[in-house]
Amino acid sequence: MVEKTAPAIELINVSRRFLSPTGKSLTAIRDFTMTVERGEFVAVVGPTGCGKSTTLNLVTGLASPSAGEVRVMGAPVKGIDPRIGFVFQTDALFPWRTVIENVMAGPLFRGKPKAEAQASARDWLARVGLARFEQHYPHQLSGGMRKRVALAQTFINGPEILLMDEPFSALDVQTRVLMHEELLRLWSEAKASVVFVTHDLEEAIALADKVYVLTAGPATVKSVYTIELPRPRVVADIRYDQSFIDYSRTIWADLKEEVETSYARAAA
Amino acid sequence: MTDATINISTATFKPGTSDAEIEAAAAKAAVNRRRTVLFWRLGILIVFLGSWELAGRMGWIDPFFYAMPSTIAGRLYEWMTEGTSEGPLWYHLFVTMEESVLGFVTGSVAGIIIGVALGRNRMAADIFSIYIKLINSIPRVVLAPIFIMILGLGLASKVALAFVMVFFVVFHNAFQGVREADRAMIANARILGASDWQLTRSVIVPSAMSWIFASLHVSFGFAIIGAIVGEFVGSRYGIGLLINIAKGSFDAAGMYAAIVIVMVVALGAEYLMTLAENRLAKWRPQPLHETQ
Repeated sequence: MVEKTAPAIELINVSRRFLSPTGKSLTAIRDFTMTVERGEFVAVVGPTGCGKSTTLNLVTGLASPSAGEVRVMGAPVKGIDPRIGFVFQTDALFPWRTVIENVMAGPLFRGKPKAEAQASARDWLARVGLARFEQHYPHQLSGGMRKRVALAQTFINGPEILLMDEPFSALDVQTRVLMHEELLRLWSEAKASVVFVTHDLEEAIALADKVYVLTAGPATVKSVYTIELPRPRVVADIRYDQSFIDYSRTIWADLKEEVETSYARAAA
Repeated sequence: MTDATINISTATFKPGTSDAEIEAAAAKAAVNRRRTVLFWRLGILIVFLGSWELAGRMGWIDPFFYAMPSTIAGRLYEWMTEGTSEGPLWYHLFVTMEESVLGFVTGSVAGIIIGVALGRNRMAADIFSIYIKLINSIPRVVLAPIFIMILGLGLASKVALAFVMVFFVVFHNAFQGVREADRAMIANARILGASDWQLTRSVIVPSAMSWIFASLHVSFGFAIIGAIVGEFVGSRYGIGLLINIAKGSFDAAGMYAAIVIVMVVALGAEYLMTLAENRLAKWRPQPLHETQ
């Protein structure tokens, strides 16, 4: 029974190189090793442009590693895994579909009958508090509401692994805190394993069980911190907690060097 | 009471600034605007036609070459009531429309299908792009005699000409629209479980639709041009034939009358196209002010 005991995600000595438009080889991540246990919430922080998003693309199967191995639920990644859900940084909703049609997209793509998809979509829209907006188009909603639609669109497929690529970075601070609460609530119900990529350290500490700090590109794991703040957490208040502040100070000291390196490189 | 508390008195409106008053003023401004637009549109038309008529009657321009609005209107009336020398006007109009619509429909369907297919397949696009550029560089008018030689004087040669007029415009826009489709949206659909075909049908094509529609607007006009040029070069019926005959008999009024007919038809088609587009694009944000 390898399936049961294997971690949700394993990246073992993974490297990923790109070819630039001029034909030069660029290394995005190098010797990257990470393990995400089942039901664990892992946050990945690092300087901007260091290759954080690349790690997620390797797990989805949208990109494949140049070296090393990526395993999902104990098996090597081959193509897009249906057990994975992905929440994007940018708006990835389909603007020509209404809210409910957007949420129904996943089940319909996967061949579920329309009535079933619709019922399930209604249920998820109610859970994210958008039941009244079924027939609206995305452009009629605020940024926060669109993100909630995106969450419903992802969660409706019942993902066992949830990958999030700076999902809330475009939202204002108040909305972002609400979305954090929303996400933790959905996560605790869904029992999924989460990889949450962000450049916001406080967001990472408030949400995650483990925080991975990456080096300036090419990214590799610099250090891993286990966050032992009790759950359920109230994201709005946790930032005033003394142990939160301690975590924040320690990890920032670590991250700061990398941010400075990355900044110096960009300036050079 | 701490110092941080600020007393806010209830807002009082100056006269003329309540919501109802502002809305009423805006509605009135919108009506006025529409009236102004209509006034100037009609005004310009009347001044143009009036000075044309005047210049013709005063002998400033030779009505033999330039005709006059009144003789053109007379010729149109005569065509409508008594028919042309080649039979009823409506039949000629029907023939031209039939050719244009067939060319438009086949050309745009083919343009969309091939544009999307090549847009989705980089290898095929690289291989075929050179041929598409080559064929596209041929002046369409040159094709008219070739098509008439091959396909005869009837419907087929005009449809073929309208087809090539429409195809390239629609093809280019569909191709570009597919290439511009948002990458995050595509990735999202694939992770949600879309197969290649589902991705094309429910993400790529809808997102290319605004590009495609932009081309459909102009391309019905192109289809009419194709049909009329074809008729002009060789045909038994159609508006192009009427122009050709009018030319042969130095009937300036007849030529302009045929042009007027084409203008009215093209304007009507444009109107229908906008209606269809608005129905299909109801998901798009409406501008906050309405101009029409």
